Amino acid sequence: MSTPTLSNIASQIRRDIVRMVHGASSGHPGGSLGCVEVLTLLFFEEMRINPDAFDMDGIGEDLFFLSNGHISPVWYSILARRGYFPVNELATFRKINSRLQGHPATEEGLPGIRIASGSLGQGLSAAIGAAQVKKLNKEDSTVFSLHGDGELQEGQIWEAAMYAAHHKVDNLISFVDCNGQQIDGPTDKVMGLGDLAQKWTAFGWRVHVCDGHDFDALRSAVSKAKEARGSGEPQVVLMKTAMGKGVDFMEGTHEWHGIAPNDDQLASALGQLEETLGDY
Amino acid sequence: MVNSRFIQSLEPTVNKDTRSGFGEGLLEVGKQNDNAVALCADLTGSLKMNAFADAFPERFFQVGIAEANMMGVAAGMTIGGKIPFTGTFANFSTGRVYDQIRQSIAYSEKNVKICASHAGLTLGEDGATHQILEDVGMMTMLPNMTVICPADFEQTKQATLAISKMHGPVYLRFGRPKVPVFMRPDALFEIGKVQTLMEGNDVTIVATGHLVWEALKAAQALNTRGICAEVLNVHTIKPLDVESIINSLRRTGCVVTAEEHQRNGGLGALVAQAAAMHHPVPIEHVAVNDSFGESGTPAQLMDKYGLNSEAIQAKVDAVMRRSNVLA
Repeated sequence: MSTPTLSNIASQIRRDIVRMVHGASSGHPGGSLGCVEVLTLLFFEEMRINPDAFDMDGIGEDLFFLSNGHISPVWYSILARRGYFPVNELATFRKINSRLQGHPATEEGLPGIRIASGSLGQGLSAAIGAAQVKKLNKEDSTVFSLHGDGELQEGQIWEAAMYAAHHKVDNLISFVDCNGQQIDGPTDKVMGLGDLAQKWTAFGWRVHVCDGHDFDALRSAVSKAKEARGSGEPQVVLMKTAMGKGVDFMEGTHEWHGIAPNDDQLASALGQLEETLGDY
Repeated sequence: MVNSRFIQSLEPTVNKDTRSGFGEGLLEVGKQNDNAVALCADLTGSLKMNAFADAFPERFFQVGIAEANMMGVAAGMTIGGKIPFTGTFANFSTGRVYDQIRQSIAYSEKNVKICASHAGLTLGEDGATHQILEDVGMMTMLPNMTVICPADFEQTKQATLAISKMHGPVYLRFGRPKVPVFMRPDALFEIGKVQTLMEGNDVTIVATGHLVWEALKAAQALNTRGICAEVLNVHTIKPLDVESIINSLRRTGCVVTAEEHQRNGGLGALVAQAAAMHHPVPIEHVAVNDSFGESGTPAQLMDKYGLNSEAIQAKVDAVMRRSNVLA
């Protein structure tokens, strides 16, 4: 898929995100806006998936796990725009009796979701388990996961990192959304993460670094990570991103981690984002 | 009257640990189902998982001392059709990983079998850090979770096979010490169905796990005093077979519950809740009463904390006094 086409999709995804969060008067726009490019690339170009007939086991498909579940708006928009469920359902986000729970869940049967996330630090373990099953089942599929950088403060992430290297889970590509922000402020002030490239390397992973808003850079990182298949090394892509990317007053600050825009702010945001695929 | 469909002997000559029943059952599960996989957090020998690991090395995953990751990896392995059995001590299978079980397994309805050894006081000398007495409460509170606590070696083996054939998350609780083997290996084992091991009309004793044998001993002793006790083996604590329990209470009019667990949140609390709703009768609990355990031999601990045949008999006397007063 051409980069301009992906950019068009990304613009609509960003409109969906701010409209969903505004409509629910709650949610997490900042991290969602920052991860639009990586999810657009994965779901509209990279992954071998079957949106028309979602199956929990996903045999023969590539799988994606969202570990930082609070950025559900971007994932829901991507899934709807990719055909997993009707786009109009995005209007139910966070509302009573909706399949689009505040954080992703399987209980309501939303196509595309394979495990609940929200309580942080759990998704890497699940992705590793699913990747190992791909190997047991003799599949050549790839498993992808996405994590916040603040989420790496959870200890379970490093249990999982150690395990994946020990068991040579090299059909797994994990992305870290390195926006340097978390709820209480910059990660450096809240709980410094140190040198993440060195940390992951020391845990036995192969590290790729790229601009998380540049489709070509992301595509290249994924390509290199996939070439490592057979090396025994799990792959991590440290994506440099800006929280709130694409909406000027949300960009680069933790203030928009978890609050909704008011009517005026919504209008301002939508004025910056072209409607390319039609609003829901 | 002893129900010989379930009981092979009230004078058992063999003692075996329930964890060995799990180990034998897991090996059999591995032979029967290629999708069965096992994970262990550095306690393969203690959990008796060596036989499975040796027979199916490609389906056995050593996790190291990282139980949170083990629960998450197990949840992920269900995606693609595997049936993961996790193994570690009951303490590390529940309290340490409650949030992982809650979100990644129970809420996500994953087909993970959480197999937990060394539950309760009978873990013994290691002391209270390892003697979990709250696990049944934690696990029964979780929606979607089935909770099973088998009575002896044979029943633990049966339960391990049975849970491999049902879909959904399960907490399987068993223990460390060697205890009498009294259940028939071919007894009918149905998840969610109470087994009436002895029939009687004077008092109902509802027991689970290691306390089932103690209840049978108590019933025999009571019989010599002319008290005819009904003994129910509640191997499945959730879903609880309320109908069978209430039917027994309707005939006996009083009940003693017995378990190796805290009184709060355990089998006794669930039976009391069911009785209060459907057929209120006097009830007494044999359970740990809001305290932690300590180091000691299993027998010393079960005696000190009142979790044996003698304690059950004392509670039967107490509940029958109350029952007679009420009558």
